[in-house]
Amino acid sequence: MGPNLFINYGEAVAMLLFGIGFGNLLLQSNLIKKIIGLNIMDTAVYLFLAEKGYIAGRVAPIVSDGVQDMEAYINPIPSGLVLTGIVVSVSVSALMLALTIRLYRRYHTLDLDEISRQLKKEGL
Amino acid sequence: MDFVQNFPCFSVILCLFAGILSSGLKDKAAMRVNTCLLGIVTLLSGATLLYTLQTGQSFVYVMGKFPAPWGNEIRAGVLEALTALFFCVIMLLSLLGGRHKLLEEVESGKTYLYYVLTDLLLSSLLALVYTNDMFTAYVFVEINTISACGLIMIRQNGRTIEAAVRYMIMSLLGSGLLLLGLCMLYDLTGHLLMSNMKESVARLAATGQYEIPLIVAIVLISVGICIKSALFPFHAWLPDAYGYSTVSSAAILSSLVSKGYIFLLIKIIYRVIGFDIYGDTRIIDVLFAFGLMGMIFGSLSAIKENDVRRMIAYSSVAQIGYIYMGFGMGTEAGMTASVFHILSHAATKSLLFIAAIGLTDVSGGSRKFIELTGAGYRNKWAGAAFTVGSLSMVGMPLFSGFISKLLFAQAAVQNHVKMLPALIVLGVSTILNAIYFMKTVIRIYTPVGYSAYPSITFVKMRVYAVTLVAFILLNVILGISSQPVVDMIRQGLAMFS
Amino acid sequence: MSRRKPNEEYDKTMAGRFFGWLSGSKDPYLGQVEMQAQEEKVLPSETIIERMREAQMRRDKVYDPEANTLARLFHKIYTASAVFFCIALVGVLLVTVSYLPPSGNPDNPVNNVVSERYIEDGLQETGALNIVSGMILTYRAFDTFGETNVLFIATCCVMILLMVDDAILKKQEAMSDRRFEPKNDAILQGTALVLTPIIFIFGIYIILNGHLSPGGGFSGGAIMGAGLILYTSAFGFHKTQRFFDEHIYKIAKITALCMYGLIGTYFYVTGANGIENHIPLGIPGHILSSGIILPINFCVGLEVACTMYAFYALFRRGGL
Repeated sequence: MGPNLFINYGEAVAMLLFGIGFGNLLLQSNLIKKIIGLNIMDTAVYLFLAEKGYIAGRVAPIVSDGVQDMEAYINPIPSGLVLTGIVVSVSVSALMLALTIRLYRRYHTLDLDEISRQLKKEGL
Repeated sequence: MDFVQNFPCFSVILCLFAGILSSGLKDKAAMRVNTCLLGIVTLLSGATLLYTLQTGQSFVYVMGKFPAPWGNEIRAGVLEALTALFFCVIMLLSLLGGRHKLLEEVESGKTYLYYVLTDLLLSSLLALVYTNDMFTAYVFVEINTISACGLIMIRQNGRTIEAAVRYMIMSLLGSGLLLLGLCMLYDLTGHLLMSNMKESVARLAATGQYEIPLIVAIVLISVGICIKSALFPFHAWLPDAYGYSTVSSAAILSSLVSKGYIFLLIKIIYRVIGFDIYGDTRIIDVLFAFGLMGMIFGSLSAIKENDVRRMIAYSSVAQIGYIYMGFGMGTEAGMTASVFHILSHAATKSLLFIAAIGLTDVSGGSRKFIELTGAGYRNKWAGAAFTVGSLSMVGMPLFSGFISKLLFAQAAVQNHVKMLPALIVLGVSTILNAIYFMKTVIRIYTPVGYSAYPSITFVKMRVYAVTLVAFILLNVILGISSQPVVDMIRQGLAMFS
Repeated sequence: MSRRKPNEEYDKTMAGRFFGWLSGSKDPYLGQVEMQAQEEKVLPSETIIERMREAQMRRDKVYDPEANTLARLFHKIYTASAVFFCIALVGVLLVTVSYLPPSGNPDNPVNNVVSERYIEDGLQETGALNIVSGMILTYRAFDTFGETNVLFIATCCVMILLMVDDAILKKQEAMSDRRFEPKNDAILQGTALVLTPIIFIFGIYIILNGHLSPGGGFSGGAIMGAGLILYTSAFGFHKTQRFFDEHIYKIAKITALCMYGLIGTYFYVTGANGIENHIPLGIPGHILSSGIILPINFCVGLEVACTMYAFYALFRRGGL
């Protein structure tokens, strides 16, 4: 175990959330719960990324009072990357939910195992 | 700065524009825009390939006026241009070959959306091939995933939607792991451009600082991409997705989508981590082992199948195992064999899917083997094409499959530890391939006394027949005159890092 | 094809017999071996129906989850190994986190020459006071264009899945679930009447101020989309279609994306070829400043607002 586990508590919590989301995505059979697990997993990665930009004692990177010193602002790059990531997460969640609606209309169940079983019985 | 150097950027932007404009057009107009776009991008890629062969080195194109590491960058060399050219040609032929089935199987008000999806898929493939920046690669990987999901579910029966859901779940797991590995690498190196990352990683590996996070980040990125490209234990979504979607989707997915991710992995190995450091982490042994297992299990599952399209889909699992086995050798020769197999498999697998649809069409739409008996006589073009594809898969000389197996065997002999398992599994999987492919070829050429289904002549399906002839020519050219292509791949890999 | 010999003579030659055997038209055993020709087997229809019923019962029994012990065992093993794998993954990741550079430390590898130039020269090179907006819309504009296309393609996929024809929509409207909601609810409509203009103005303010303060195209577009959704929930789709129907949606989306593409392409090509681009950077602190950031923010905001509303309309109703 390395030296920085408690200083990096934000990243550690992000990893716990990642594990919870990953487990949900794999183990739950209800489709809506799987999608929630996916969202938790993605949010955990963005938390991890956003933590990277933080520098103790500095403010958000908006130039105020003409101060353009590097010592005054946090790192702006991770914030930009998180912006991109959030939009991607919204898009895939919407797509998965649309797929769930179509499956529900056809098979009247939200359980993925049940749907596979019905498909095998149909024997297409 | 020559004008030709603008062409990679133009290809990507042109595809994006075509996709955006097609979303407002009607079905026929979108189809024409798509075909024109593919023709233009093929010409652009060919021009880039000639230019890079002429100059003998890769060039860097700065997007905007800020150089790396502050702005975006794309980089083109021989290997990238060759791969881009191949992808465009295969996509054009797949779309032409599956066009008549697309009109039958998709609702008439939504066909233009299919062409929007293929335009954006092509743009994401070209961006993955040319990019020099990790985060751009991640964004275009997401576009790739969503377009592939759209291609699977365009047919909209219960099976394809369930296959699309399974595909999305596995793919998003892979994307999550990839993004996490990418963020960790960014944390350790502080750069997002691949060339800068490589210097930092080399420095970190030399000093031994942050050793554990570096290995974990590399492992996460590799596992993420392996999940997305359907390596052995993660292939559960593949047979349903390829077997039940419309045929041009199956051809494009099997030939291009998984190969795009594998190309990204090659790029990361060469340009971000460095070939030697990657070999030191021992993950290539794990990739090698899973590649071998995939080769065996894919072929065994294909033998058990009763449905011709699912059989071809399981054969894809085996072929992706071949490519990872080539990675696992850890030598330049292994990488060359893997890249050649990417091109050869792309050409052959699309041919098989498009030929199979011709055979099922003359068997009343059924895909079971018992109905397909004698289909080779009813649709002579599809029968001949299917035979060519099967012979190439088995590894008959004169076709491209033989050259890729030869290259794999040559690469295996150079590596003393892995030689024996690789050669044994190569032999066993060739026999297994022969079992299920030759069984099908013999069955389609078994004469049936009566004929319940009508035959098809050339006049009714001109575009389809021309596409099949083009595929067969591509396969035979790769098989006979493969030496220039292999030389180009070697030259490209040398200038890749 | 003409032959020199007549048909009967040809059939007796070696070539004729070989090709007859190959094509299956002549059975070589018939008449040569002491064998009776077999009769075709005809099954009575009762046995066929009986066999189909038995096959169906067998299928039900195999796929019944309770009865099949093998399936249950596999399910247990799968659950156990998945849980173990997740716990192992979290453990490995926590160990990795403990070895990462400490967070909040100004000497981390991430705080290097890249962020230095963004902060110190960002205002002069991009003209934006908001350094993050300047970064994602000027330095790394290609990533943001890719991300806008992710939204676009997700909308296309949702349209494939959920969009229905106008004729079917009209039939469905009569059966829709709005029968169970109070129509023209006074509180909701009164609140929406007051709030919607405020929300729109706020959204437009955030979009236009993307380069001066926190904000930008994405956040502003989401707020405008929320305003549209509120209006539609309160007043119904017919009233919204007076000013925002499918035709206008398509025009708005394509215009926004094409303008973004054109501005971006001009920027990349002139920058890569070393040509001077004549986009004025303006005076920092004014709204009309910061080069390409203001038009791009506007396009992105329009695109995101259309997308949010399209998701809502497609999920709720099946059409715009």
